Amino acid sequence: MLKIESMTKIFGGLTALQDVSFSISAGDITGIIGPNGAGKTTLFNVVTGIYDPTSGKVYYDGKDITGFSPEKLARLGLVRTFQGIELFGQMTVLENVMVGLHTKSQSGIIASALKLPAHLREERQIRERAISWLEFAGIADLAGMKAANLPFGKGRLLEIARAMAVEPRIILLDEPAAGLNSRETSDLALLIKRIKDAGITVALVEHDMELVMGICSRIVVLNLGHKLAEGTPRQIQEDEQVITAYLGEG
Amino acid sequence: MKRELMKFLVFAAAVLTAPLFLKGGYIVNVLVFVGIYTILAVALNLLLGLAGQISLGQAAFFGLGAYISGVLTATHAANPWVAMVIAVIAVGAIAFVLGFPILKLKGHYLAMATLGMGIIVYIIFNETVDITGGPSGLSGIPNLSICGVVFNTDMKNYYLVWSFAMATILLSLNLSASRIGRALRAIHDSEVAARILGVNVRLLKVQIFTVSGIFSALAGSLYAHTVQFISPASFGFNVSIELLTMVIIGGLGSIYGSFLGAAILTLLPELFRTFQDYDIVVYGTVLIVMTMFMPGGIVRGVPLLARSLLVRVKAVRSSEKRV
Repeated sequence: MLKIESMTKIFGGLTALQDVSFSISAGDITGIIGPNGAGKTTLFNVVTGIYDPTSGKVYYDGKDITGFSPEKLARLGLVRTFQGIELFGQMTVLENVMVGLHTKSQSGIIASALKLPAHLREERQIRERAISWLEFAGIADLAGMKAANLPFGKGRLLEIARAMAVEPRIILLDEPAAGLNSRETSDLALLIKRIKDAGITVALVEHDMELVMGICSRIVVLNLGHKLAEGTPRQIQEDEQVITAYLGEG
Repeated sequence: MKRELMKFLVFAAAVLTAPLFLKGGYIVNVLVFVGIYTILAVALNLLLGLAGQISLGQAAFFGLGAYISGVLTATHAANPWVAMVIAVIAVGAIAFVLGFPILKLKGHYLAMATLGMGIIVYIIFNETVDITGGPSGLSGIPNLSICGVVFNTDMKNYYLVWSFAMATILLSLNLSASRIGRALRAIHDSEVAARILGVNVRLLKVQIFTVSGIFSALAGSLYAHTVQFISPASFGFNVSIELLTMVIIGGLGSIYGSFLGAAILTLLPELFRTFQDYDIVVYGTVLIVMTMFMPGGIVRGVPLLARSLLVRVKAVRSSEKRV
């Protein structure tokens, strides 16, 4: 579904990614792990069009999408969330998700300003669908709250609900469990499984090993910008190189 | 939804009946200008309050609207309504074309670019003496008229200008409550998150810049046909700053706030005539006090302030009881 080929990203003198290649298959939950500075978030940023790669290609269903803008990728069905959560803080929880439905509606400026009947019908549909995505994430009771006032864990769920509203085919989650307590993390694991069950491919960058080993069917390990290993959770746990990278030379 | 409609109807009724209580005269003339500045402030608020994109050159669109309307009618004897339509379309096209390069810029750079745009247009008004009359201005601009009714008194102009102002307010309210408005507010809060969700940020910014230009040009055309004389001084840098002050005083993103801002900043100088040249000091003080104590503007700030005062009064009372 998503194929990353000889990806290299150099910032000034720093090589963040060096010749990284791997594939993400449809329907899988793929975990991308590695120590700090391994290049995980850089990889996401290159794939989602935030950065241009120095060299290398990204293929989506066999189509070359290298250097596509984030908005174009969203329309193709590829969305992501951010490590530090990027919510629309001044808007309500419901409105946040309604923005996620932007590409699913088309009323232009004139139809909106004149409140044409087609636009009103569309607004009603957007609202209903947004509410059902909030229910999907289990935060429908917070619909009217200002997003900036949400507790961190709920903000994370909102960001995922909002990304799901785009109706992606693949969703990339950047450290979804960062800053969550164990209860919130297990809620998150359930939500990610629900996303998979809905037929959506998931890729996540994560430090929480319990979460990764628990839900991922494949794991890619990065270290210092290189791909170190790739395989099932069991294979990764037994991989000598991975153990060395994480625990240091023994 | 219903509450929004009620608010608008109450506001419309107030606008409609206000002149009846004022018995005409000078104040109605001032209210005509409040109407024109309301359109301008709302136009800037769509850009600044909704989308979070600053413009220090709004007076350029205002002036272009006024001059296109003025030159077409006074020099080329065009029908004023036709001139107005041409002015609005032409300025919309100019804003659209300028918007693509200008709105690539962000923050201070965007402020500088729009500032430059305002100054360049101001210089053009001054220097193209053959067309605009230069610094001495352009006179002989005809009034607008409908079926033989000529808008040549303050009272008639009041209803003319305020019909357009109310339409601008209504359209802007609808727009900010729509998917376009939500997308613009999303851009304001986090541009990268909006893009990730598929919002075409670049195009949307240019579109709202164009809408802002169109409303400003409409205000310019109304100004030209009601005052019947225009000169570059009415469209200088200070006007752009005044508009910015109106939007901030009223509250970023609040359409009614823009009206309040426009009303206060148009009426204050009338009240502060005694300050004469020091009126700019009064503006400055108002702006500083507002941003310090009511950063959300009057519309949001007053209820907040009232609430906190109420809490304090209650606290004082309960402590008195204890004593």
